[in-house]
Amino acid sequence: MSTVIKAEGIVTRFGNRVIHDGVNLHVERGEIYGILGESGSGKSVLMKEMIMLLEPSAGKMSVLNQTLNNIGFDEAQALRRKWGVLFQFGALFSPLTVAENIEVQLKEYTDITKKMRNELINSKLNMVGLEPSVGALYPSELSGGMIKRAALARALAMEPELLFLDEPTSGLDPIGARNFDELILELRELLGVTVVIITHDLDSIFNIVDRMSVLADKRVVAEGNIKNVLQSEHPFVEEFFKNKYTQKYM
Amino acid sequence: MKKQFLGYEADQHQLKLSSKGEWTLQSVRQIEKQLAKVPCDKKIIWDLSEIEQFDSAGVLLFIEYLARFKKVTDIEVIGYTEKQKAMYDLLKEKSLKEVFTPQKQTILERIGQNTVEVYNDFKDFVTFLGHLFSAFFHTLMHPVDIRYKETIYHIHRSGFNALIIVGLSAFLVGLVIAYQSGVQLEKFGANLFIVDAVSISITRELGPMITAIVIAGRSGSAYTAEIGAMKITEEISAMRTMGFDPYYFLVLPRVFAMMIALPLLIFFADIMGIFGGMVASKMQLGISMGQFIDRLNEVLEVKHYLLGMMKGPVFAFLIAAVGSYRGLQVSENTESIGLHTTASVVNSIFLVIAFDALFSVIYTELEL
Repeated sequence: MSTVIKAEGIVTRFGNRVIHDGVNLHVERGEIYGILGESGSGKSVLMKEMIMLLEPSAGKMSVLNQTLNNIGFDEAQALRRKWGVLFQFGALFSPLTVAENIEVQLKEYTDITKKMRNELINSKLNMVGLEPSVGALYPSELSGGMIKRAALARALAMEPELLFLDEPTSGLDPIGARNFDELILELRELLGVTVVIITHDLDSIFNIVDRMSVLADKRVVAEGNIKNVLQSEHPFVEEFFKNKYTQKYM
Repeated sequence: MKKQFLGYEADQHQLKLSSKGEWTLQSVRQIEKQLAKVPCDKKIIWDLSEIEQFDSAGVLLFIEYLARFKKVTDIEVIGYTEKQKAMYDLLKEKSLKEVFTPQKQTILERIGQNTVEVYNDFKDFVTFLGHLFSAFFHTLMHPVDIRYKETIYHIHRSGFNALIIVGLSAFLVGLVIAYQSGVQLEKFGANLFIVDAVSISITRELGPMITAIVIAGRSGSAYTAEIGAMKITEEISAMRTMGFDPYYFLVLPRVFAMMIALPLLIFFADIMGIFGGMVASKMQLGISMGQFIDRLNEVLEVKHYLLGMMKGPVFAFLIAAVGSYRGLQVSENTESIGLHTTASVVNSIFLVIAFDALFSVIYTELEL
């Protein structure tokens, strides 16, 4: 197995506020990797540093064998085509229909024909469990669950090696959330993508996540599969994993 | 009639106080007034059994007055239900903890904070300009990277769609200028000089200025609101992760479109302004259109028109850059869009006026 993402000694400061103080983690190819932690522990910030929306104040981040510190413009652009990102609230482009949302990157970065593009759009919609007719709708016409699915379809448009999901099941009803988990598992089987997922959802953590890191006290307090993590005696891990709600998984 | 929330039954040694009715948020104010009048010279027995309804506001009031009575006299509480006790315990526990009061800032702190904010804002704007210029020159070198479709879309929206309002504003300004100066010129019998006054002031100063101000209010604010909304919905972050640099995809098309559309609008405003002056001259001073145009040919040198026109791209750049910059500054709350849109319009109108003054100085120094 090869390492897809490696964070070494990441330090993040906003003014005087220290968010991360030496975060280390690594993500292997083909796994579903969870980033956990209480709210405010900097999970989203860490993910934003992986996808070059933010730069860490210190430390080294590398993604798909590219070191992000001082990355050149062309390398950065090339890297951006190899991943897909699902934002927490979808972030679909509101003036465009769902189909156009999926199409933008294909149109920009490839020279495939319109017919081929349409076929790809339909196959992506199908993959995430949406009817082809949804393609003609605008994001404002979609329900919360459909927005997430459509945004996932967009994230898959460029056949990414790496998928970043920011709280994919938050705001979904319990059944919708479990279906979404299934979908992520299926996609991993089907496309062999590596998935990095920020989540609070205990069901997702116990059922689909292979390995995870737990952020607390500005660093990673536990990393590994669920068994490794449960061995940690950090107060946050104790509180989060060893309570009456997690009994059913044990 | 006022509702009674308290009943008294006093004898020599003690006062029996009974709470009645609804001890809820709606009635606490009245209850408090009645409680304040309770005499505390004897032992109090407080009976809660007649309370029909209560909520946390009622319980908090009870806690407060219980503590007050305790300080001055003996008190015994009877007749409370399990539910009341549970809420009492819950609220008692919370109210014992330290009350959070936000710290008030002194005036010096506020001045300091605002100064730092203005300084940081300026630094951010310089950073923005740096990005913008680097993208600007990159696209000049690589014209393939210009987003033609978006640029044309914005020319249509900020230029073509503004023709009516710009034309009307300029027409009215020309009309007013001619009317006002007409009154003065008539006194000296220098009627025909109205043409000089109107044509030179419109082409050199007023045409560009009116157009820029109307467009700053119309399109500058729209740019801020559009980009700001995209910021809130994370659409800009999404674009970035897809490799769509917002400077190339959002800012530059707007800047280019504005720099093309504004000079064209100024040209139109010049025509409409002079036409306004022409109409006023005819009505007030009886100068015929033919006379007006003959005189216009004599006095309006091309340089006046060109000097006015040269301001166009500069004003356009200011409006589009400030509008986009403020949009990108919007943070993740909805109030921020309003604040930044206001700031965008105020800043761009001010900058337009300031740069107009600068142009005046430069033109005068160069004796143009």
